[in-house]
Amino acid sequence: MAGIPHDHYEPKTGGEKWLHKRLPIVGLAYDVLTFPTPRNLNWMWIWGIVLTFCLGLQIITGIVLVMHYTPHVDYAFASVEHIMRNVNGGYFIRYLHQNGASLFFFAVYLHIFRGLYYGSYKAPREVTWIIGMLIYLAMMATAFMGYVLPWGQMSFWGATVITGLFGAIPGIGEPIQTWLLGGPAVDNATLNRFFSLHYLLPFVIAALVAVHIWAFHTTGNNNPTGVEVRRGSKEEAERDTLPFWPYFVIKDLFALAVILAIFFAVVGFMPNFLGHPDNYIQANALSTPAHIVPEWYFLPFYAILRAFTADVWVVIAAEWLSFGIIDAKFFGVLAMFGAIAVMALAPWLDTSSVRSGRYRPMFKWWFALLCVDFVVLAWVGAMPAEEPYATISLIASAYWFAYFLVILPLLGVIEKPLAQPATIEEDFNAHYGSKPAQGYAAQPAE
Amino acid sequence: MFRKITLTAVSALALTVGTAFAAGEGPAIPDVDFAHEGPFGRFDQFQLQRGLQVYTEVCSACHGMKFVPIRTLADEGGPMLPEDQVRAYAAQFTVTDAETGEDRAGLETDHFPMSAMENAPDLSLMAKARAGFSGPYGSGMNQLFKGMGGAEYIHAILMGYEEPPECAADFESDGYYNKYFAKGAIPDSCKDEHGHSTIEGSWIAMPQPLSDDQVTYADGTAATMDQMSMDVSAFLMWAAEPKMMARKEAGFVSVIFLILLSTLLYLTNKRLWAGVKGRKTA
Repeated sequence: MAGIPHDHYEPKTGGEKWLHKRLPIVGLAYDVLTFPTPRNLNWMWIWGIVLTFCLGLQIITGIVLVMHYTPHVDYAFASVEHIMRNVNGGYFIRYLHQNGASLFFFAVYLHIFRGLYYGSYKAPREVTWIIGMLIYLAMMATAFMGYVLPWGQMSFWGATVITGLFGAIPGIGEPIQTWLLGGPAVDNATLNRFFSLHYLLPFVIAALVAVHIWAFHTTGNNNPTGVEVRRGSKEEAERDTLPFWPYFVIKDLFALAVILAIFFAVVGFMPNFLGHPDNYIQANALSTPAHIVPEWYFLPFYAILRAFTADVWVVIAAEWLSFGIIDAKFFGVLAMFGAIAVMALAPWLDTSSVRSGRYRPMFKWWFALLCVDFVVLAWVGAMPAEEPYATISLIASAYWFAYFLVILPLLGVIEKPLAQPATIEEDFNAHYGSKPAQGYAAQPAE
Repeated sequence: MFRKITLTAVSALALTVGTAFAAGEGPAIPDVDFAHEGPFGRFDQFQLQRGLQVYTEVCSACHGMKFVPIRTLADEGGPMLPEDQVRAYAAQFTVTDAETGEDRAGLETDHFPMSAMENAPDLSLMAKARAGFSGPYGSGMNQLFKGMGGAEYIHAILMGYEEPPECAADFESDGYYNKYFAKGAIPDSCKDEHGHSTIEGSWIAMPQPLSDDQVTYADGTAATMDQMSMDVSAFLMWAAEPKMMARKEAGFVSVIFLILLSTLLYLTNKRLWAGVKGRKTA
């Protein structure tokens, strides 16, 4: 598909031409900054910048932490205390890194749900969506392994429980688990490989982010109307869009500064708010904590993992149909990964021809319920596995799957969408009023 | 825009409620208003010095603080002992030198000794490792104004020794009943048919460590049990989070800077878009 027509970089001086012929890097920067962006983007389109910032923050603070950290079961916990007590500013760098993970996931969830509401995953942006899901998976792996590194009680037992999930795979599960851990149990070999991968994966994420941006720069941004930018001519496109710089850069930076003010307040005044006290006790293989609770950002999927116990009829049916290969534990693992898989498949499960939820009267309510569902899952994920939480998590998990597998395909058929604006310009002017073309007399004072 | 901000704030709160809920368990710990709590809270230097005295004369008989370097007793934002006192404090310990393998008097660069008793947990991080448990204080948003709750927990344990409840009249135990200790042994006679405890607290291995006038404070403060346990709790909070004051100061500088930056960017953004947006009609 043809990109949105816009001006490209023209080298003028001899030096510029010389470089442009050999490496069009200035042209790339120019194209990124002048990229035509729908002028009606709302405040839910700022999370991309926040996420990019988070990745940079985590990599930079992480590199400094590595300079003082020792990946060995006998020294890891003490080396983190060394960072907190003796390294100049170490306590702040570590708290930034620790809470930075939370900001990262907070932003990614809002970013994902933004996409789900405005249909950003729909054609032609499926590849952007799929790469986004890969980034999310890589983020989860990175965060999980990073949490193991301080070698506290939750680090150790979290690693034991999560790698145990792979052990639930029938037949090949145990060899896989041993291979992941580098031995029969979580130990020094595990800590070392997690450290290595925790350092590697952020750069994989960075590369995926570049591809993610490349993909949506090819298709153009989605926008709150879901209506595409007109591409007939440059003039037409310019009435729907504004250049990324300065309009969206400044807008995004403003939003980022507000979010960072809150973030730094958390880091400065309550840096352990989102952490778990047990992780300030050194890992001890002989003492199991009373409750093993993952970090908050894993809770919704942890709830789905635990929801399918052996007494649930689908689990019983699956076990019977598979001749006992799929037991409750394996079913839970399948459900957890399945919950992410169905989300990744949204572009093909959503049958509606209308992109934005704004013009879908029935979809709106089901989507709102999905948001509530996500919060409920996070809540029951933190609760002990007993009634009434077991039933709640089962219902909430069922809705998660029903939304993607039943409601999205069905709504496209039965729903009667509202009228969409013909162009982005029309939507923008309906909100903000039209401004006379440039060079025209100034607006009268209001 | 404000609708979106509200929505975002609500979802942010909703997402964090889970963690707050997870923390609430065990008997309710009474809140103590420590000087170091809240965004403006600062350690009381003299309270930390008294706490160090209680730690040294009572706790250190069994417990250690292996992650805390002795020199940090002189640090700003801590007990701020004079250098010569810190040196004298270190010299009371005999340590085996890591390089020569020979015993020598302790130096201020050494750490506090490890626990003398195998079963006595190290106290370096106790105030953080027990923080936020046994709400309502120190869990959830209360952390911002009421602290982490770890110091309260230690204070409560030190004050929580009582006569065992009647249901445990025949209970033979090496431990001692403490109404704030949740993780210890409970006799079957104090459990209902589901195995849930019918009493507050449980049996702890540590005998009651403090009694009135156990130490004599140099500054003349009356050494009541409550006073001593508050002092040592504050001291252990410092031991667990020695950079707390520096952290809060850095927090203030960052937040004020970011509010300023946000304001400037807000005005820039408004001015920038004014050229594109017409009069608002909706």
